Amino acid sequence: MSQGTLFDKVWDVHTVGTLPSGQTQLFIGLHLIHEVTSPQAFAMLRDRGLKVMFPERTVATADHIVPTENQARPFADVLAEEMMQAIEKNCKDNGITFHNIGSGNQGVVHVIAPEQGLTQPGMTIACGDSHTSTHGAFGAIAFGIGTSQVRDILASQTLALSKLKVRKIEVNGKLPKGVYAKDVILHVIRTLGVTGGVGYAYEFAGTTFEQMSMEERMTVCNMAIEGGARCGYVNPDAVTFEYLKGRDFAPKGTDWDKAVSWWQSLSSDANAQYDDVVIFDAAEIAPTVTWGITPGQGIGVNQQVPTTDSMPEGDRVLAEEAYRYMDLAPGQAIAGTKIDVCFIGSCTNGRISDLREAAKVAQGRQVAEGVKAFVVPGSERVKQQAEAEGLDKIFEAAGFEWREAGCSMCLAMNPDKLQGRQISASSSNRNFKGRQGSSSGRTLLMSPAMVAAAAVQGSVSDVRELL
Amino acid sequence: MSQVKSIAGRGIPLTGNDIDTDRIIPARFLRCVTFDGLGAQVFADDRAQTQGQHAFDQPQYQGATLLVVNRNFGCGSSREHAPQAIAKWGIKALIGESFAEIFFGNCVAMGVPCVTAAPADVQRLQSWLTELPQDPIKLDLEALEVYFGHNAAPVFMSEGVRNMFLNGTWDACGQLVAQIEQVRQTANRLPYVSWGQSASM
Ligand code: SF4
Repeated sequence: MSQGTLFDKVWDVHTVGTLPSGQTQLFIGLHLIHEVTSPQAFAMLRDRGLKVMFPERTVATADHIVPTENQARPFADVLAEEMMQAIEKNCKDNGITFHNIGSGNQGVVHVIAPEQGLTQPGMTIACGDSHTSTHGAFGAIAFGIGTSQVRDILASQTLALSKLKVRKIEVNGKLPKGVYAKDVILHVIRTLGVTGGVGYAYEFAGTTFEQMSMEERMTVCNMAIEGGARCGYVNPDAVTFEYLKGRDFAPKGTDWDKAVSWWQSLSSDANAQYDDVVIFDAAEIAPTVTWGITPGQGIGVNQQVPTTDSMPEGDRVLAEEAYRYMDLAPGQAIAGTKIDVCFIGSCTNGRISDLREAAKVAQGRQVAEGVKAFVVPGSERVKQQAEAEGLDKIFEAAGFEWREAGCSMCLAMNPDKLQGRQISASSSNRNFKGRQGSSSGRTLLMSPAMVAAAAVQGSVSDVRELL
Repeated sequence: MSQVKSIAGRGIPLTGNDIDTDRIIPARFLRCVTFDGLGAQVFADDRAQTQGQHAFDQPQYQGATLLVVNRNFGCGSSREHAPQAIAKWGIKALIGESFAEIFFGNCVAMGVPCVTAAPADVQRLQSWLTELPQDPIKLDLEALEVYFGHNAAPVFMSEGVRNMFLNGTWDACGQLVAQIEQVRQTANRLPYVSWGQSASM
């Protein structure tokens, strides 16, 4: 049993009581909703004659279904339009703040809450979306939930949960040039496996994370769920406070000082006890690319697609399936794999720092012949900031399309989709079969800078050679 | 609220590790404001690709109520659409080597038990269902056994979750709402609730 970790402390202060099942009733400080997983929850609430208990603790936006080219209403897709109207109506009827398209505050739910300062250390945060783990970057306990649980929070601001174990993932050292936060988390998942984190919260600690910006920490925590961990977090520190100060919903005046000392008190104690500890050396991490159909099937950009005899027996069936689906042969170098589509965006890597890194690679170069490349800012604010810095011009000059904010081709519930067997280099978080909108489409996950490198070279390339 | 003590019926084997929620219900079917139509769309892409050979299409498994799966079933997104689609197709319980956490929790909230069994037992059950698809099997949550033919295999489920099914308290919503006074007290204890950073500001 863990003791004295941030997870333990935050869990304890949010515990309402113990339920007859033995589960904990946990108070949820911030509830985020979007158009896909909330309409059924509101319907369930209506069916039971319940109302939203703390409407001021839920915040909504629309991201998954929104088109990124033409956002004029009504949407061309009638189903998407119906979902949009449902969330507008549900928020209005229940007094919930809704960051609609064009408000200047819309975007991917996991991008907008941090940038507005809604996400804060020591909070419990839940959202009907598995990448809610992103918010753990601030030292919050944040996790994805299903629709019935969205209903539970709307009705009671609480959830019935069993406590997780805590694993400390320590990475130490300076990341080599061309190696980014995305590579760190892909490396962790590749090493511990996609189920390695089941039953755990991941605490990301060590000098590598301490040196990271908030946006980099968000990228890491975002993908904790891909390693099977329900949530991931980084202890709050000066970097966290610096990022938060002055944001719309951050505490102000004397509240700020009280907040900082409360946040500091929640950090894991030096002698905290963990259920498990795993240590990595940053120097060993290379730009990482997935070759298969789970985020755990990753390799260094200069490595070969692994052969089955190099992997544990339990992984071989899936590897065979991945070779077939991806049309990649074991032993084949991943570098040089031809790419059709390049996608920069998502809640993993659609923030301003991601776009800056990608733009550095794109600047003065041209998207390779036959490659479709596009950049989707994670939010309206990211878009505005990028345009103020001229990043849109750099991308457009290089032949990238510059889009409106949304989830886009991360999951392709909107018009952005792969076609047929197309293969994408993607800065998103999932390479599952069919994830990007074509049931036979293929996805290679990598950092945004690596996606930009793939775009200008037309194939998987080592970004270090372009920096 | 209904108690769930045992589920008897025909079983359907679905082999493969790491079957994710994008495969269970592809994202394009998430463009809906109710769960109603999802049953027909479950495993849509896998089924299209296997052209009638997918277990969910094979005639011998139509009407099955117990789904038998392998490792890390339901990984990926938190979409409740995935277990809803499976349940709307007719499944009432799942037996597997392991389940992804959010998927498991969603199933509990819907009153659909997911139990785990040793890999060898899961595989034995899957082969048995392949050979004798018409023979009913029974998952007994009280005895924590799955019975097939003259065989039995132990299954596992945490005590707390099992009690929710046995006592009919798997739907937490009512219990949570009943504690509203304690919820308010907890909220008042949390410094950030009064910092004015809430959305209404
Ligand atoms: S960007 Fe992708 S992972 Fe993130 S919320 Fe949208 S669909 Fe989900």
